[in-house]
Amino acid sequence: MNEKNDAKDKGTGNQVASIWRLFRRNKLALLGMTLILVIVLAAIFAPYIAPYDPSQQDFQMLRKPMSAKHWFGSDQMGRDIFSRILLGAPITLRITVFAVTIGFFVGTLIGLIGGYYGGMVDMVVVYLTDILLAFPGFLLALAVIAAIGPGITSVIIASGFSSIPQFIRIIRGSVLVEKEKDYVLAARAIGESNTSIAIRYIFLNCIAPIIIFVTLRMAVVVLIASGLSFLGLGAQPPSPEWGAMLSEGKGYLQTAPHISIFPGLAIMILTLGFNLLGDGLRDALDPRMKI
Amino acid sequence: MINYIIRRLLMLIPTLVGITLVSFLILQLVPGDPARTIAGQDAEEEAVEALRIRLGLDKPIFLQYCIFLKNVVSGNFGKSISTQNEVIAEVWPHFLNTVRLALVSVVISLFVGIGLGTVAAIYQNTTIDHITMGVVLLGISTPTFWAGLIIILVFSINLGWFPSGRAEGFSSLVLPAITLAAPAIAMSARMTRSSMLEVLRQDYIKTARAKGQKESKVIYKHALKNALIPTITIVGLQFGYLMGGSVLVEVIFTWPGLGRLIVSSISARDYPLVQGGVLFFAFSFILVNLLVDILYTYLDPRITYE
Repeated sequence: MNEKNDAKDKGTGNQVASIWRLFRRNKLALLGMTLILVIVLAAIFAPYIAPYDPSQQDFQMLRKPMSAKHWFGSDQMGRDIFSRILLGAPITLRITVFAVTIGFFVGTLIGLIGGYYGGMVDMVVVYLTDILLAFPGFLLALAVIAAIGPGITSVIIASGFSSIPQFIRIIRGSVLVEKEKDYVLAARAIGESNTSIAIRYIFLNCIAPIIIFVTLRMAVVVLIASGLSFLGLGAQPPSPEWGAMLSEGKGYLQTAPHISIFPGLAIMILTLGFNLLGDGLRDALDPRMKI
Repeated sequence: MINYIIRRLLMLIPTLVGITLVSFLILQLVPGDPARTIAGQDAEEEAVEALRIRLGLDKPIFLQYCIFLKNVVSGNFGKSISTQNEVIAEVWPHFLNTVRLALVSVVISLFVGIGLGTVAAIYQNTTIDHITMGVVLLGISTPTFWAGLIIILVFSINLGWFPSGRAEGFSSLVLPAITLAAPAIAMSARMTRSSMLEVLRQDYIKTARAKGQKESKVIYKHALKNALIPTITIVGLQFGYLMGGSVLVEVIFTWPGLGRLIVSSISARDYPLVQGGVLFFAFSFILVNLLVDILYTYLDPRITYE
């Protein structure tokens, strides 16, 4: 929606167009965007396109391999795996989007305040970030779950919380660079308030690394969230959440590996999509940025 | 150099205190009455009260933290609720198993990652580069718990090459270590590739080529040596990543490590054990990063001890 407005303004319009041109040249990034789009569409239309009820058990069809009737086979309770994967998509997408939103808002706020005000405030921010970063990401999420108990909401909070220090670091770093630039001085000279400078000037100029990081963080959160559900700490069976499905299927690895293979593939495709898109955006938005 | 190390050690103290605070707060976040939660819903009121006093939960929260901190400093992490053993006695052997697993994984990821990254950089923008980087991206995007299951399926169940489900000898370490290393391989490969590309553009590489040095010597003797420095710095980060990732890998391969202990303690509501395990993870992560920083200044003389 912003693009329309931008197009009117010739300067920004050119910028958006040139970013799009760079992005379009990157076939892998387009592939990533397609993968995500397919999964998002599957998530939206899952109830209409799923051939079976995801919780419908058919005891004639226990652990049957792939067939024309059941594309991805059926699981240990005779449920259709393809339908379950479709219905699992909105769960995973919801967890991922909510968790990254938490990390983004809290992390941006703290990072912006620390980077902009500097001094003692910044020292506290850096201290807090260092402490949280001392816990490996998955472990931090695990610790939060240990405290607040299992469940989908807990997974959102836990993986959101474990994203906060990462966001703070990215945003604080960009703010430190941006705030030294001349346009900030100019804004101050025309009497803009601190809040206005921090949000309307600095934040908007840090948007490129933030968009890249949000995309790449989505990939990480998909893995954390499905990992937690795999451990039995997130979505609980009979939920068709992909990690939970994998966990249910792992007991039948020898006789019916397809029960575990398909949900894992779904997780991998979504993660790959976000990683490809994030890499592509980085190349298009900021060619100087590395890893 | 000695001064630098001492200063770094001193700077660690506030971080370590912060880490203990976070681990302490985990127990405080438990909704409702932690003593009641730990004792179980149908425990006698007196038993809950006794537990509350034993855990010091009747004291004000700040005092509780001070006691906790004092205990941690003297190596006392409390007692496990389910086994009644000292937490440290439970955690230590599991911790060693996790370190063993993580070390083997770090070695695998460095060798394979640096190899792949170097090859990709030398053949930049060719099919070899694209395939290598594609595989690397798959490595980052594959859930470890799924990769682990597939690896068990192929190498243990179908081919019978490696045991799974038993922690005996080196062969039982191979599969979990490879599974754990996969995402880390991807990280080191990308890092090596990009720093190698940077180095290959430097003047001293042109000089080496101009004086007629063999290309293999240019790559291995001049370029790789310098390109490796940034790769080494991420070993510290990777170690943390591996430690976090080890939770899932240990559960799948039933490897008796700290991650698996923490997961089973969460299910058993054995909070002191969870706390102790998490603290151990964080402490070791901090320590490794300190070692890497020191190693880094040692490897790259351009960096001053500031």
